[in-house]
Amino acid sequence: MATYPAELRYTREHEWAKIEGKRARVGITHYAQDQLGDVVFVELPKVGARVTQMQAFGVVESVKAVSDLFAPLSGVVIEVNEELTKQPERVNRDPYGTGWLVVVELANPAEAEKLMGASQYEEFLKTAGGH
Amino acid sequence: MRHGETMRYLSTTAAQRAEMLRVIGVGDVETLLERIPSKARLNRDLMIPAALAEGDLIAHLRGLAERNADSDRYVTFLGGGAYDHYIPSMINHMLLRGEFFTAYTPYQPEASQGTLRSIYEYQTMICELTGMDVTNASLYDGGSALAEAALMAHSVTERDQIVVSGALSPLARRVVETYCAGPRLPVKTVPWADGVTDLDALRKAVTGKTACVMVQYPNFFGCLEDLDRAAAVAHERGALFVVSVDPVALALLRPPGEAGADIVVGEGQGLGNHLNFGGPYLGLFSCRKDLVRRMPGRLVGATVDRDGKRGFVLTLQTREQHIRREKATSNICTNVALIALAATIHVALLGKEGLRRAATLSTAKAHYAAETLGRVPGVSLRFGAPFFKEFALRLPRNPGTVLRALRRRRILGGVALAQFDRRLKDSILVAVTERRTRAEIDAYAEALASAVA
Repeated sequence: MATYPAELRYTREHEWAKIEGKRARVGITHYAQDQLGDVVFVELPKVGARVTQMQAFGVVESVKAVSDLFAPLSGVVIEVNEELTKQPERVNRDPYGTGWLVVVELANPAEAEKLMGASQYEEFLKTAGGH
Repeated sequence: MRHGETMRYLSTTAAQRAEMLRVIGVGDVETLLERIPSKARLNRDLMIPAALAEGDLIAHLRGLAERNADSDRYVTFLGGGAYDHYIPSMINHMLLRGEFFTAYTPYQPEASQGTLRSIYEYQTMICELTGMDVTNASLYDGGSALAEAALMAHSVTERDQIVVSGALSPLARRVVETYCAGPRLPVKTVPWADGVTDLDALRKAVTGKTACVMVQYPNFFGCLEDLDRAAAVAHERGALFVVSVDPVALALLRPPGEAGADIVVGEGQGLGNHLNFGGPYLGLFSCRKDLVRRMPGRLVGATVDRDGKRGFVLTLQTREQHIRREKATSNICTNVALIALAATIHVALLGKEGLRRAATLSTAKAHYAAETLGRVPGVSLRFGAPFFKEFALRLPRNPGTVLRALRRRRILGGVALAQFDRRLKDSILVAVTERRTRAEIDAYAEALASAVA
């Protein structure tokens, strides 16, 4: 799988969103998991919780840091990756697959325009991303 | 500071100060202060007595100390959260060792394996007593531990209302109210009936907005709550069940963890620590394993180093404010290591049998005292509920007057309850530990008889 798959949209806070109609699956990017190191804990909202674009909706904790997770898009959480409770390392091993975080029912799909495409994100990483 | 005087206990000598002034090129200290406006300066000596010579100072302090009514010279039946339990002299010998007796607790694993190991042992012991999965390295006292439990329950459940039993220490409840004022968490107090939490009132108070139900075991009046039923009321509505305990009693009583407690807190002073004029004390804090990431305070874990040897480190520090900042579980980023160590030595010295024996003696003597004092004409037990080592006594005369009369006979007869609850203005709270003798209890009964006659 590509380091930054072309079909995903990206945030400046290193989350990705896979938009499918009115829904989006959300995770953190390869870059994010690489920077964090071994993820030991992921704290996610409950199903039914409202999330707002670019506001914190959870926390990812690694052996060396704790970071807020920012919602790429606004909406209501309809699925949560419960497997991460037992196997948070999936975020490192498979950030775009089994390491997904939540699925959001979108409140305003037009918000996707504010997100970056893969090449734009890679460009962002080369310039401002490596903060 | 005047020039030329030698200052004992300070690390700079007059010669060193002169050297420092020479290096920075200033004639005297006064020159450094020139920029401060004259009217902002005191320009005279402080109006305090001159320093005493060491011998005179010791005599002076001894005189002040003798004005204290302490538990060595008075027979104390005071309780209400602070207890005169027996403290083996071995504890002080260990505690005052330089490795432990420091102003700052070093937590660095590379330098502090002994300290960390002792905290780990402490955590393990408190887990065994409370029947819980995890115990932190300790908080400041029972009151702040209870308040931290309220904040933790709010964070876990994302609900706002805190329900406390009216039979829970009024002092600890005040701490809860203080902590909950900032985040605006309403604290609802459930009345007591015959010395224990009124479960019907509790059932009505707990709603889908309740973050936790808090009770004390044994409670403020010394009585034993029905933990299973209170736990069921909390859990039916999805609230956490918080129990504040006396660890001494847990040597005999069923651990609250077995009754469904989600968080157990308590005042640990009774384990090897002196009354200390009200502090420093020991805040116990334990919880279920699945709640540990919301737990406040420091936590020591066991691990292995790269050679596979066992070692101890602070763990789950990402909960704490030096990492999580404003999102930390608590702003307490320390523990009371020395006080916890005294408790650890105490529990280790007494062992399982010794702890049971201390608890058995306390409760047996308390029941003897209740019987004996209850036979004094006009005096009766205030409540009918089973109690552990403390009970409320109803007096036929003003309790303040009676307690003063007892004090003249070097007996601290108990805590007047009027200050906490007007309905109890005729009652006092009497605590009896294993230190009290039959003769002391009989003397108390005799003094009480003449005080109320």
